[in-house]
Amino acid sequence: MSEAILRLRDAAFQYEDADARAVDGVSLDVAPGEFLAILGRNGSGKSTLARLLNALLIPSAGSVEVDGIEVSEQRAYDVRERCGMVFQNPDNQIVATVVEEDCAFGLENRGVPSKEIRRRVDEALREVGMLDRALASPSMLSGGQKQRIAIAGVLAMRPKIIVFDESTAMLDPVGRKDVFGLARRVNREEGVTVVWITHFMEEAVQADRVVVMDKGKIELEGTPREVFSNVTEVLSLGLDVPEMMKLSRDLRGAGLEIPLDVLTVDEMAEVLGKWQA
Amino acid sequence: MMNVTIGQYFPGDSFLYRLDPRTKLILTLALIILVFISKTFTGFALVFLFVLWCAFSTKIGLKYMLKGLKPLFLIIALTFVLNLLLMKDGAELVHWGILRITEGGLRTAVFMAVRLILLVLTSQVLTLTTSPIALTDGLETLMRPLSRIGFPAHEISMMMSIALRFIPTLMEETEKIRRAQMARGADFESGNLLQRAKAMVPLLVPLFVSAFRRADELAMAMEARCYRGGEGRTKLKQLQFHRQDAVAAAAVVAMYAIMIALNALGVF
Repeated sequence: MSEAILRLRDAAFQYEDADARAVDGVSLDVAPGEFLAILGRNGSGKSTLARLLNALLIPSAGSVEVDGIEVSEQRAYDVRERCGMVFQNPDNQIVATVVEEDCAFGLENRGVPSKEIRRRVDEALREVGMLDRALASPSMLSGGQKQRIAIAGVLAMRPKIIVFDESTAMLDPVGRKDVFGLARRVNREEGVTVVWITHFMEEAVQADRVVVMDKGKIELEGTPREVFSNVTEVLSLGLDVPEMMKLSRDLRGAGLEIPLDVLTVDEMAEVLGKWQA
Repeated sequence: MMNVTIGQYFPGDSFLYRLDPRTKLILTLALIILVFISKTFTGFALVFLFVLWCAFSTKIGLKYMLKGLKPLFLIIALTFVLNLLLMKDGAELVHWGILRITEGGLRTAVFMAVRLILLVLTSQVLTLTTSPIALTDGLETLMRPLSRIGFPAHEISMMMSIALRFIPTLMEETEKIRRAQMARGADFESGNLLQRAKAMVPLLVPLFVSAFRRADELAMAMEARCYRGGEGRTKLKQLQFHRQDAVAAAAVVAMYAIMIALNALGVF
């Protein structure tokens, strides 16, 4: 692994009115260009962890390093410039009444000259396929389109890392696929490191690496295949396992000699095809 | 509620639309002052024709504009009647019991009514031809010098644009809550005024709770995008004066010259 772009060392955070730490000693390295999925049930600390990466919260113990910058009150804006964030509710993260103005918001805050803002906004909107709606009002757009605008707003800042905090949770299946596909493309084509927080298994299986959190700690870590092979453990952490893994387990129970780590429908089709032959 | 045309933007493209919002704001203010310094009917006619011509040039249609006067009709009528009955000045025109209408009273009453009508029409031309964002931008730029003495110019314009952004969202939400409460047996339509006002409580409470949650999340999202107030902020669109702004300003200056002349000559 090359030099990590995100480096967490025993990072911890406790909310003022809480009696337990929301994030409790997390150590994690994320490589540049990696697509990392973070899974965990409600209250497992995954959203708090996301906020530590963006300096929205400052770790109360341990350290978080983003692209070589230690997260602290003083350097919050440098961190935020490098690590963008897309939130869950598409409505509550759009600031402006016009799509392109919203896309420009971050750059305006950084004091980028008008001409440069124009260029980068157009580029980002083209990237997410919303250039033809540049002058539309966000209230006329669907949830998926709003999330695309939010992504464009982050992309315009040219961050090295984007954290998606359950960005597909409030979308319909089409919008969900659309936004996830866009995140994958940005990751693959632009080399932007992605931290994808979700509770959808079908998204997590497509990540390079999966981290499962519970009670503020990392419980499981590895490739999707490694993580989801621990079916009982994953289930005990309040999560589901991908449908295909359940199916392969059931098929084995029924006497079929197929591997236990089948993740996707395509893989299953291939395995069953072979078995039939 | 949909009948209120005041303060609404009517998308279009014409000379007035292309003016800089700052020009429009200043000139609207200038025209309103002009309406109040006029002492002659000829002067009013002049402003009226000018505003009418502006209205025509927008191709919005006079009917739509006059609709904006409707909600103010009562206020205008009341002002007229009060002035008519209470102002005592000049020759007596009608004497009927305790009611006395004088020449001066009639004149003031007509003046006030005409002034109010012109005031509404003028400001309507501004809001109909200027998008809320342009208006907010214009206001912010105009108020910027005041921020040196501690006036929160940027904050006010940011608040205005966020409010504008969330009006459709909250309207949608209100409708959703209304339906949800109706499904639970709430009745918003019958009963007297007090009962109806009471019926709004189960609508307003969830709306406020959700608005606060939204505000919290929005603040977080704004911070995540490096927002830290107006200092050192740039803009995607820089406002710029063009030749047409000078033309419009010259027209209004000419109006002032004519008005002062009319007042001095004491034309009817």
